[in-house]
Amino acid sequence: MMSAIVPAVIGIVAVFCGYLFYSKFIAEKIYQLDDNFETPAHTLRDDVDFIPTNRVVLWGHHFTAVAGAAPIIGPAIAVIWGWLPAFIWVIGGTIFFAGVHDFGAIWASVRNQGRSVGALTGDVVSLRARTLFMIVIFFLLMMVNAVFAVAISDAFVATPSSVIPAWSAIAVAVVIGVLIYRMGVPILWPTIVGTIILYAVIYLGELVPVALPETFMGLGPAPQWILILFLYATIASLLPVWLLLQPRDYINGIQLFIGLALLFAAVFLANPTVVAPAFNTNVPEGTPPLVPLLFVTIACGALSGFHGLVASGTTSKQLDKETDARFVGYLGSTGEGLLALVTIIAVTAGFSSLGEWEATYAAYNTTGIDTFVTGGSLIVADGTPVPREFAATMLAVMAVLFAGTTMDAGVRLQRYIIQEWGTIYKIPILQNGYIATFAAVAACLALAFGAGGSDGQGGMLIWPLFGTTNQLLAGLTLLVLSVMLVKLGRRYIFTLVPMVFVTLMSLFAALYQLWGLFTGGQYLLVVVDIIVIIMAIFVILEAISAFTREKAAADAAGTTVAG
Amino acid sequence: MKWVDIKSRLRGWAHLASEAYNAPYRGTVARAKRDQDDLFMLLIFSEMMGVPNPATYYTLELQPILLERFHEWHTRMGMEHSPLDDFRCC
Repeated sequence: MMSAIVPAVIGIVAVFCGYLFYSKFIAEKIYQLDDNFETPAHTLRDDVDFIPTNRVVLWGHHFTAVAGAAPIIGPAIAVIWGWLPAFIWVIGGTIFFAGVHDFGAIWASVRNQGRSVGALTGDVVSLRARTLFMIVIFFLLMMVNAVFAVAISDAFVATPSSVIPAWSAIAVAVVIGVLIYRMGVPILWPTIVGTIILYAVIYLGELVPVALPETFMGLGPAPQWILILFLYATIASLLPVWLLLQPRDYINGIQLFIGLALLFAAVFLANPTVVAPAFNTNVPEGTPPLVPLLFVTIACGALSGFHGLVASGTTSKQLDKETDARFVGYLGSTGEGLLALVTIIAVTAGFSSLGEWEATYAAYNTTGIDTFVTGGSLIVADGTPVPREFAATMLAVMAVLFAGTTMDAGVRLQRYIIQEWGTIYKIPILQNGYIATFAAVAACLALAFGAGGSDGQGGMLIWPLFGTTNQLLAGLTLLVLSVMLVKLGRRYIFTLVPMVFVTLMSLFAALYQLWGLFTGGQYLLVVVDIIVIIMAIFVILEAISAFTREKAAADAAGTTVAG
Repeated sequence: MKWVDIKSRLRGWAHLASEAYNAPYRGTVARAKRDQDDLFMLLIFSEMMGVPNPATYYTLELQPILLERFHEWHTRMGMEHSPLDDFRCC
């Protein structure tokens, strides 16, 4: 039995060494960042999208935009194989995969007039790859909305005290939004008062836990919550961003920093023991093999394609100096890696005995936010004066808010995509904002219920498929980076190896899941899985074709380098 | 710590907080504002540019309600007849 401080210290030191040394090497030798290069924030400055921003502020919003509920749920499932594989993938992934990917996406975009990775896929790889990119994003959003709705509903059922604080946060966000935009109140005071209220209602939540009726119109509490959440997401995604999304993101960011600081402080003060085995030789029956499933169970926290969208969508347009890309991109993914690390510790050291841990990890993919809440609250209560119930509600609210904000944004993005398709294919009805939103929500609901039946509990079955799709997106971004490096005559091995690795793991994982889903009678998910497999094969074919083409061109020009 | 120092530090935090709040959504909010402004401009200047004002049609319903007040207003303003093409009075 080992102290949890050991993995905490090794993890923190490793990722910061990664930042100090590996990212420096990548910045200087591979991406060759140049302080004299004028970034799009200056050359295309319009004070709307393109505006030079302080790098600490930019890091803050890049980090809070990429860190959500996924780096909590993924590790909370993946420690079933023992804490060490999850630890190695999170720390190694953060250093060699996520950092290079996120940082690279910013660099690629900055070097191409702030264009998004999707657009760059069209420019650098091929137009076919661009279409592929859009399809992958559509599936990713559909899955993220379905899976997070299920995760939130499970959290509400497991921790009824979190219901009132989680919904109150929405009210607090709306009040902050109105105060700032409609009344012009300076932001500092609403921030302080809002944060105090957020933590005060956690007490209220404990006093008045909310549980939905056992059955309502034949539905249990979890599916009832799923319906309420999608109703909420529909309304929220149609509201102006300044009213809800913007203030919600802001208060979530504050909660993320407070939660992370509290959890790490508690680990060091409580010094809990890691009760879970390093390698679990006694995995429950039916657990899929570690390779390849670990690499898709933990996506965010080790490598996530979603980050590339944020990095090239907003961050790159606001980068003041090109050299800031390393600080913002690499440290952004480091922050997320640390959230995944503290989750690993919470779900392996937050139990009193191995027996208790094994009882919780009785099957693959049945753990998640509530496991993180149970383990994390024990450590926080041991290490700090915060009572356990309060800590549990606080952590549940934190995870629910992260997932909720992702859902808002996800449904909104999904609506934009459907509207865009309406425009491209000249289907006027899809161009309507309301119709597009309802179409998006209907697709997500079909997936949430279609996967697990009317009890909604099986919705988490999508989790590994969601991870697979997310890794495919990362693979596409890494392909863009590798092709760009080949064209520039630089070493591309540092982006190509992660690309090949995640794409192959995604393909294997999708193939492995196919049989299980088929024998389990999950035909809807079989169809989704087949689509994922086809997408993975296309990513590989695109990669081979783009690579041979560019390599031949580089060879002809004599600019090629080995790896 | 002097009062002045506290004040300047608070100002620094306030600036950081407002940047953290605004930076991610600057573009979205600016676009929403621009859309509203565009609609407003259209409503104000459409007739000037020879485009029939779509609002006129909808304000027609207001005519019976506003008729008395409108009559009082234009006589008070020293105009015997309604100055508006689309809002007839006497």
